[in-house]
This record gives sequence, C-alpha cells and structure tokens, in this order.
Amino acid sequence: MNVLLTFLHQAILQGIAILFGATGEIMTEKSGNLNLGIPGIMYMGGIAGLMGAFFYEKGAEQPGVVPGVLISLLWCAVASALGGLIYAFLTVTLRANQNVVGLALTTFGTGFGNFFGGSISKIAGGVGQISVKTTASGFQATIPILSDIPVIGRLLFGYGFLTCCALIIAAAATWLLVRTRVGLHLVAVGESPATADAAGINVNRYKYVATISGAVIAGFGGLYFVMEYLGGTWANNGFGDRGWLAVALVILALWSPAKAIWGSFVFGALYIIYIYIPGVSRAMQELLKMLPYVVTILVLIMTSRRNRPEDQPPASLGLSYFREER
Amino acid sequence: MAAKRTKRVIHMVKRGNMTKFTAILVRILAVILAMIVCGFVVVGVTGDNPVGVYRGIWDGAFGTGQRGWVTVRETVTLLLIAVGLVPAFKMRYWNLGAEGQILMGGLVSAAVLLYLGPIFEDWLLILIMLAASMAAGLLWGLLPAVFKAYFNTNETLFTLMMNYVAMQIVTFFVILWESPKGSNHVGIINAAHNEGWFPQILGQPYLLDIIIVAVVMALVFIYMTRTKQGYELTVVGESVNTARYAGINVRAVIIRTVLLSSAICGLAGAMIVGGASHTISTSTAGGRGFTAIIVAWMSQFSPVAMIAVSLMLSFMDQGAVQTASQFGLNENVSDIITGILLFFLIGCEFFVRYRLEVTTVEIEDGKERA
Repeated sequence: MNVLLTFLHQAILQGIAILFGATGEIMTEKSGNLNLGIPGIMYMGGIAGLMGAFFYEKGAEQPGVVPGVLISLLWCAVASALGGLIYAFLTVTLRANQNVVGLALTTFGTGFGNFFGGSISKIAGGVGQISVKTTASGFQATIPILSDIPVIGRLLFGYGFLTCCALIIAAAATWLLVRTRVGLHLVAVGESPATADAAGINVNRYKYVATISGAVIAGFGGLYFVMEYLGGTWANNGFGDRGWLAVALVILALWSPAKAIWGSFVFGALYIIYIYIPGVSRAMQELLKMLPYVVTILVLIMTSRRNRPEDQPPASLGLSYFREER
Repeated sequence: MAAKRTKRVIHMVKRGNMTKFTAILVRILAVILAMIVCGFVVVGVTGDNPVGVYRGIWDGAFGTGQRGWVTVRETVTLLLIAVGLVPAFKMRYWNLGAEGQILMGGLVSAAVLLYLGPIFEDWLLILIMLAASMAAGLLWGLLPAVFKAYFNTNETLFTLMMNYVAMQIVTFFVILWESPKGSNHVGIINAAHNEGWFPQILGQPYLLDIIIVAVVMALVFIYMTRTKQGYELTVVGESVNTARYAGINVRAVIIRTVLLSSAICGLAGAMIVGGASHTISTSTAGGRGFTAIIVAWMSQFSPVAMIAVSLMLSFMDQGAVQTASQFGLNENVSDIITGILLFFLIGCEFFVRYRLEVTTVEIEDGKERA
C-alpha cells in the first residue's frame, strides 16, 4: 500500500513537467505550428529561471523566498518566449520549414541549457555546483496542513505551487480552445489558415501569439523540473528526453490539454514503473523505459486507422501559410 | 473630399530567379552575420576575445593532421546520413528517425564485431557488418513506412518516437555486453587485435569512410536523377493524386523509398561503430540524425551544398571541443554557436526566394489604396 502511494506520488511528480510541455505544444500545434523546438525551449526556460534565482541569491544580502520565486518565473518566461519568438519569426515571417527550424532550436536550446548550467557558477567567479536553495524551497513548499494528512495527504497535496498551476493552465487552455471565440479562431487558423484569413482573422498574429505563449507554458515545465524536482540545481542533460515525451503526450492526448492531464500521469507512471516492478534485471528495466514511446506509437496508429475527425492533428500542422500562394 | 495621407509599407515580392552567384553571396553574408552575433555572445558571456575563440575553433578542427582527419571523418559521416535522407525528403516523407536507424545499424555492427570478430577474416567481417547494418536500419524504417502507406499515419511523429525505442534497446544491450561488469558501457570492442575495425588505406585511417560515402552518394544521385524509380518518387512528392492518376503504385513507392533511406542511415551506424568509436552507446548517433535533416534540407539536395554544409557543421563541432578546453568553457558552447549559425542560414533562404519592396500607399477614409 505504501509502495503504491509512493509510486503514484512519484508518477505525478514526473508527469507535471511533461504536462507543461504538452500543454504548450498543444497551443502551438493548434495554430498549425509543429514546434519541435519545445524540448530545447524547456531547457532554456529551466536554466534561465535557475540563473535568475542564482544571480538574485548571490547579489542580495538576505535573499527572500518570494522575490526569488518571482524573479526565476520572470527569467524563465522571458527566455522561453525568446525561443518561441525565434521559431515564430523564422517559420511565420520568413516562411522557413517548421521541422528544420524546430530541430535547430532544440539543438540551440539544449546547448544553451547545458552550457550555462555547466559554467554559470564559474563565469560568476565561484566554484562547484550551482545551487539556489532559498528559491527552490519556495517552489517545493507544500500546503502545510493538508499535505500532512496521513495516507492520502502526500499523494493529493504533496506538491509545490507549479503543479497546481500546471493543472489550472491545462484546464484553462481547454476552456479557451473549446468555449471562447479566440480559441475557435485559433482552431480555425490551425485547420485551414486560408479560410480563417478569408473570414478576417489575422492568421500571422494568431500563430505568433499561440507559439510564444505555448513556448512560455512549456518553459515553465523546465523550471518546474529544475526547481521543484531537482531542488534548485542543474545536472547536464538531467532533463533528458522529457521534452520529446511532451511532444509524444500531445498525440496521446489527441490535441486536448484536459486529456493531457491524465495522459501526463500515465506517462509519469510508465516512465518510472521499472523501479517498482520487483525482480526485474537492470537490462530489463531499460526495455521497460521504452513503454511511453511504444504507447504513443500505438495511439498514433490507432487514431490514423479510426480516422475520426475530432481525433486528428490540426489539418495544416507543419505547413506554412502564405497568402499569395494559396 | 477627404484629405489624402500616404503611408509607406513593406511587402514581399517573390523573386523570379536569382543568379547562383548572388544566392551563394547571400548565404555567405548570413554566415558572416552569424559569426558576428556569435562573437558578441561569446564576449558577453565570457569576456574573452572572440577572435581568439575563433582561432581556437580553427585550431581544434584543422590544427594538426590527426584533428583534420577526424573533422573529415565527421563530415563524411554526417554527409552519408544526409544523402540517405534525400530520397525520403524528395518524396515529402519526413524521416526524423535517422537517429534511431543509425543506432540500430550501430548496434548490429557492434554485435557482428563481438560475436563474429574471432571467427571471420577482417574483409569478410567488414562486408557482413556493412550488410547487417543496412538491414537493421531498413527494418527500423519499415514500420513507419508501412503505416504511412496504408493508413497515412503521421510519419514525422512516428519516426521520432522510434528513435527513443531504439535508444532503450541499445541501453538494454549495453548492459548485456558491458565490460567490465557494472560499468554501464561496452568499452572498446576487439581492442587487442582490432578485428573488424576499418583498415587504413594508403596509410590514411579514414579513407575507407570517404570511399564508401562517395560511392553511396554517386549511386543515390544516379538513382534520383536517372532512373524511373527516382522519377516516380519525385512525382509522389509533388502530388500524390497526380502520381495515382499516372498509374504509379504510390504505396510501393513510399515503402521502397523509405527503406532505401533508412538502410543508408543504418550504414552510417556501421561507419561510426566500425570506423570510428569501436563501441556502442546511446550517444553513438549523437544527434547526427537530426543535424543531417538540417543539412539535407538546407542544401536543397544539391550534392555540393551538402558537402559544404556538412563540413561547416563538423568544423564548428570539432573546433568547439578544442576551444572549450582552451578557454575553460563548457563544450556545449558549440551547440549554441551551431544553433545561431543555423538560424541565420535558415532565415537567409527567405531573402533568396523573396525580396522586400517599400511602396507608398494612399490612405483615404481609412481604406488603403496602392
């Protein structure tokens, strides 16, 4: 029983970073932009937030928790927005191929994260591992009384505030897409930009806004991982392939942020299940780690076979829109 | 009568055709601009002299004969993968799975070295390795191709996911073969007698790599431009409906082309394992599968451009490792510089295809009139 609770708790902890990434990617893809730079953007967001907190804690006499958290959120948002802006500028304004730009952005972002993560303390004249304990404590703080409830307290409430934000953002994004005019326009842009254009929707503006805000949401996933999961330190490539899992989760969730919430818990569970199955050799554990990807492939095949219109990717996904060339 | 006001607006005009010379000039300009931006970034971050950093990069890539050969080896490896991707891309099939196909090719090569190394002669071993790696890459590309052909399953995402499945399979075998036990890596295979390692030809260690890549490249371009099959896949890429109307068996063309593409990517795995690293790990592919996509696309499948772009990216990569140790920087600085370079090169294509014109429009009663 105790093991099961720990497993579920850990699964959700793992899932939240992926959920941020997937929600951001869904918003981006709904505008027709397949941003494969999301893994890189998550690295950028994570390291920028960490750097912001690092310089603040280094500079301030008595670093406080709240300013540290706010500064790292701001830095994270700015860096991820910059990543989204680069992508949007190249694909929307300069009409470059989306896959190529996305992959280049992931190369850039991952390098950006590992470079600053590995050398920031050295550049600042210090030695050793970068660590921002004060700020991280703010990210890791849980609701005091509720999380102390025996048995279920930790499973239900044992998370920092970003976990709550992830759920709210995913729910709000679903509401935006399904219930509002802005969301309807965004979906129209992703399904058929020419039709949307003819209806008087500013296609390029929607693409820019969706891509940049999607990038910021995804960037928070990187920040969550660095601050709450790792406790305010950096491990090179520590974020691993979670960014690609986020891209995979978009498929599993069939382009719905609300479904991505459950999907992220499933992915989190699949990601760590190898630890909890008794009697599995080290080699077999590695095979179990491929489960999230295999599940994604199966979902991808099944949705393409069933061919239900509401389960499909946005129709113009991956294609640039040029008014003069339609 | 309403007062007329004028406003200047920028709009894009498609170029008729730019001369080759001007197009190359635009791209060189983009590289120079990228270098200047990178210089600012390096100075901003480290306070070091960017000229010194660039000299370090040059030194790292071509400073000694050995380093030069390694750079050449990396260039041809990247080139081989990019060449492999060309048929698939020409068919508008986004094979993002090169990374996994390389890994599987490399894995099988390592298995050949391990299990058959003591049995066969070197030349036979290398032939087996080349064939087996192609078969492995081909198998890894088969599944997404079949589902694309029959159910139109999105290949971009499918091939991408296959990479990570391949990565876990490699990790599985790494643990199975690890030496010494518990070290989590395979170590150099056949280190004592070099069975199955690519031999030196004319005293040059990587000449065999160059020969293989040159042959494959020539064959692929003959296939693409001089054969019926090459023509068919181009038609499918331009328009599936046209291809159907012309009586082309679209499914067969898709599967055939993707298998060719992924077999070549698998072959790159043999070149990396048998010719360079002599070991297998999840970093055997090392992102080359993704970089090659950028190489193939940016060169627009022109062989000369592909060589140039591969050389430039390998040069930056090799150089940055050296610079990193020289200036006490983290070696990931190469990814940042490569990224900025790519952004500029990708962006400059726009200016090859379009030009900006400033025109004056009259604004009358809130309406615009040219």
